[in-house]
Order: sequence, then C-alpha cells, then structure tokens
Amino acid sequence: MLLIKCPWCGDRDEHEFSHGGEAHIVRPKDPEKLTDDQWADYLFMRKNPKGAHLERWVHAHGCRRWFNVERDTVTHAITAVYKMNETPPRRSRT
Amino acid sequence: MSLVRNAFNYHQNWQQAWRSPEPKREYDVIIVGAGGHGLATAYYLAKEHGVTNVAVLEKGWLGGGNTGRNTTIIRSNYLRDESAAIYDHALKLYEGLSQELNYNIMFSQRGVLNLAHNLHDLRELSRRVNAIRLNGIDSEILTTEQVKAMVPIMNTSPHSRYPVLGASLQRRGGTARHDAVAWGFARGADARGVDIIQNCEVTGIKRNGAGVEGVQTSRGFIEAKKIGVVAAGHSSVLADMVGLRLPIESHPLQALVSEPIKPVLDVVVMSTAVHVYVSQSDKGELVIGAGIDSYNSYAQRGSFQVVQHQISALLELFPIFSRLRMLRQWGGIVDVCPDASPIISKAPIKGLYFNCGWGTGGFKATPGSGWVFAYTIAQDRPHRLNEPYNLERFSTAYLIDEHGAAAVAH
Ligand SMILES: Cc1cc2nc3c(=O)[nH]c(=O)nc-3n(C[C@H](O)[C@H](O)[C@H](O)COP(=O)(O)OP(=O)(O)OC[C@H]3O[C@@H](n4cnc5c(N)ncnc54)[C@H](O)[C@@H]3O)c2cc1C
Ligand SMILES: [Zn+2]
Repeated sequence: MLLIKCPWCGDRDEHEFSHGGEAHIVRPKDPEKLTDDQWADYLFMRKNPKGAHLERWVHAHGCRRWFNVERDTVTHAITAVYKMNETPPRRSRT
Repeated sequence: MSLVRNAFNYHQNWQQAWRSPEPKREYDVIIVGAGGHGLATAYYLAKEHGVTNVAVLEKGWLGGGNTGRNTTIIRSNYLRDESAAIYDHALKLYEGLSQELNYNIMFSQRGVLNLAHNLHDLRELSRRVNAIRLNGIDSEILTTEQVKAMVPIMNTSPHSRYPVLGASLQRRGGTARHDAVAWGFARGADARGVDIIQNCEVTGIKRNGAGVEGVQTSRGFIEAKKIGVVAAGHSSVLADMVGLRLPIESHPLQALVSEPIKPVLDVVVMSTAVHVYVSQSDKGELVIGAGIDSYNSYAQRGSFQVVQHQISALLELFPIFSRLRMLRQWGGIVDVCPDASPIISKAPIKGLYFNCGWGTGGFKATPGSGWVFAYTIAQDRPHRLNEPYNLERFSTAYLIDEHGAAAVAH
C-alpha cells in the first residue's frame, strides 16, 4: 500500500485516496473547433509512461481535496506532491 | 517410459519443443511479444496465409507475460454483437485446439457461472442472456436453488451479505492450461518455420517515410516491412517509439492460488458485484482472481489491500474456504482500454499493426485474436471480425462498450 502525503493532512494510507488518472489534461476551450481526432486525443489518449507519471489523486476519505503527484510507475516511489494550480517539478517531462 | 528414463537423467535430455535460433537479418513479418496472442498470430500467419519468414521477438521468456499469469477463464457470453462474434470465434477455435496443435491444452468446458446479488443484477443478467442467445451463443439463467445444486459449498442464505438471487451459466465456458496454449502455438509456429527469439527486447521501431523498416533490439537491428505489436501492458511503450498515442493505461492485476484440496468446485464461479472469480485446478488448487490496482503501473505486482478485499468477498460466498492457506500470489500488467474492448488494428503508419487493449480478459480470446490479426497483417486489411476493433473508433465514437456489460473482467 502506498503512503501518500496529502498537502493538507500529511502522510496517509493509500486507501483513503482515489486515483484520478493523468494530470494536466485541460479541457479544450473551444471543443466545437476541434477535429474529431483532437477531441479523441483529449478524451481517450493517454501518456501511460513507464517511469515518472504525473497524476491526480483525491483524498476521498479525508479532506476530499484534489492534488497532483509525481510517481514512478515501475518502483511506485512518489517523488513529488504539488497542488492543482502548481506546475510540475522541473525534472519531469510533461 | 521416457518419463522414467529422463527422471534418471535429472530431466536434462528432454527434446526441445522449439528451436532457439539466432535472429536473421531480415523477416517478412516481425511480431513483438511472445505471449499467447503473438504466438497464435505467428502460427496462423504460417498456417493460414503461408507467411513463414516470421520472427516473434520476446524480451523475456515466451508466455511469461499475462499469458502465464492469468486465471484462465474462457467464455464468450458478451453483450455486444461485435464482442459475441470475436469471442465465440475464439471459443470455437479453443474447442478444437488440442487436436489442431496436437498438444493437450487441457481445455475443460466445465461451465462458467455469473452470480446476481440483487434485483438489478438479475435483470441485467437476464437481459444479457437474451442478447447472447440472439447471437446464437449458449447461455441460461439459473435460480438460487439451481445454483446451490451445482455449487453446494456456496453460501446462498438470504441472510448472507451477498445473497445469491440467481446466476447466468454458459456451459461451453471453462478453463484451459495457459502455459500449454502458449507452448502449443509456439511449437506449431516453430515447426512451420517461424523463429521464436527470446531474451530479445525491442527498443526502437525504425520508420521509413510512411512505412516501417525494422526494429532496434537488444540483439541488434532486424529488418521487416511489417511489424505486429502484441505487447499487452507494454503497448504504450512500443507506440511511443513511433510517436503514436494509444487510449490505453497499464494497471497491475493479481491472482493467487491456494494449497491443493480435494475436488469441491467443478464450475467456474464469477461475481461482478463483489469481484470474485474462482475455479479449482486439476491439481486441486483454488485459482482466485483479484481486481486491478487503480493506479498506472508497470511493476507486475499489486497491493496487499486488493487481495484482502478479494478474499473477504470470497469468504462471504464460500465460508468453507476460511481455513485454506494461499500458496502463491502474483501480478501481471494489463492494458486497459476505455471501452473495455481490444484494439486489433492497422496503425496510421504503413506496415505497423497493433493488437492490444485486452486488459483483464484476453486469454479467452487468444486463438481468435491471433487468427484475425494474422489475417490483418497478411492481407493488410482487417477481417470482418476485427473490423470494428480499429483504432479510429475513438474518433468516430463507434465504441464497443463492454464495461459492466461483460460481467467485468476475465
Ligand atoms: C492476474 C490476471 C488474471 C487474468 N485472468 C484472465 C482470465 O481469467 N480470462 C481471460 O480471458 N483473461 C485473463 N487475463 C487477461 C489475459 O491474461 C491477457 O489479456 C492475455 O493473456 C494477453 O495475452 P498477450 O499475448 O496479448 O499478452 P502477454 O502474454 O502479456 O504477452 C506480451 C508479451 O510481450 C512482451 N513484450 C513487451 N514489451 C516488449 C518489447 N519491447 N520487446 C519484446 N517483447 C516485449 C512481454 O514480455 C510479453 O511476454 C488475466 C490477466 C491477469 C494479469
Ligand atoms: Zn487530505
């Protein structure tokens, strides 16, 4: 089980949280201007990297707030936790 | 006789079931990934299409991915017409596969039960059973009493936490020996001239204008104008080599087996609602499947709490198992697609083909998947059966939504 550091509540067990998938996917401003392929890319296509992954978590059974995490998908090590409006740590590619 | 003779030789002199050739400089077709699907593809390329200058490249050992890690449940009771067609095609191939390969894959059509625990489940199951029958696939609804008669050890008390209101049953469903499926296809492909090259990781795909030229591997560059990627949980990594994005996320999925016990369960029992899948192997072990971890992972191991959740549900249904010890537990990396259906498709790059997205339930499709993928590669166009499973469906929105409909996973 992962130990996740909620920015508001500190270290808590993984099962208090829900995983929210890849971070920094922004809903396009003018969806009607997009091609079907661009819309599909926004809706469905994912980076799914082997290595550093920027992802969202929500402290569902705690403060219920969302935040971002950088986690390695091979070792599961969490290398950064940052808030929703913050930019990812510099070493990760976005 | 040979068993005895080889036992005295420390089992060192068994004949090889397939060669271990050095890679050639060039092949007509390269298959990336020697799981069941990749090996079946190579087998049918050689057998059905006469394409024998084929290499199957595998970064580890053949069948060491999800093929050798799954709970081996086979069924074709899917809701959508497209799914019914491809999964039942696979089931029919399974029915003749031991003969076809002259290799005992231990296919056992012991029946697969899907339980309903509330009224909604039951209505949903009935609707599905009707749809499945309209597609000409066997399926029936059982009452609680009929379930109890089939599986006396199940707790069907109306006071239990998960009361059993009924079930659907596909009698043609069952299990098969997963390794044997991989080994049988490997031996058959090898005998027809296919080179199976293990410990050979593909690290790059070389493009040439609109097409492909070959693959970079841990054992050097190998040329091919056609490349079929069948890499399950690693599909996104392969796609990334040519800058292609896939709608796939990789997750750990776990399973475990108990110590062997006397026969107590002669049918596969699945429950969508509480995530239980259990069957008893011929050796007597209970084979139990768990759910996926929610996060992306390539680690081939899952979390303990997932197993815990799994076991607590299992014990509600089968209190008799409470004193059993678990012998082994492991994980695989499954390639989950948003509509819970696979992608068996040409890529936007000429000569490149992807077969992935089988997620938690592709073992049952192994021969059918290989069969249509071989057709797609040989003819450079999809077969009628895999036409709907194209990559473009995410743009056209013609999704094949099997979430829930398919009794979850497996
Ligand atoms: C625990 C568990 C239980 C399951 N239970 C069921 C079930 O009951 N019923 C069912 O139908 N399905 C089940 N599944 C799903 C099923 O196992 C898979 O869908 C199916 O086996 C996929 O087969 P495959 O040949 O595509 O993949 P794999 O067998 O995973 O083969 C892919 C191969 O590609 C290789 N590879 C990856 N990257 C590279 C590279 N760069 N170069 C060379 N080789 C590479 C891998 O090493 C691997 O051997 C289960 C899966 C798991 C993990
Ligand atoms: Zn919190």
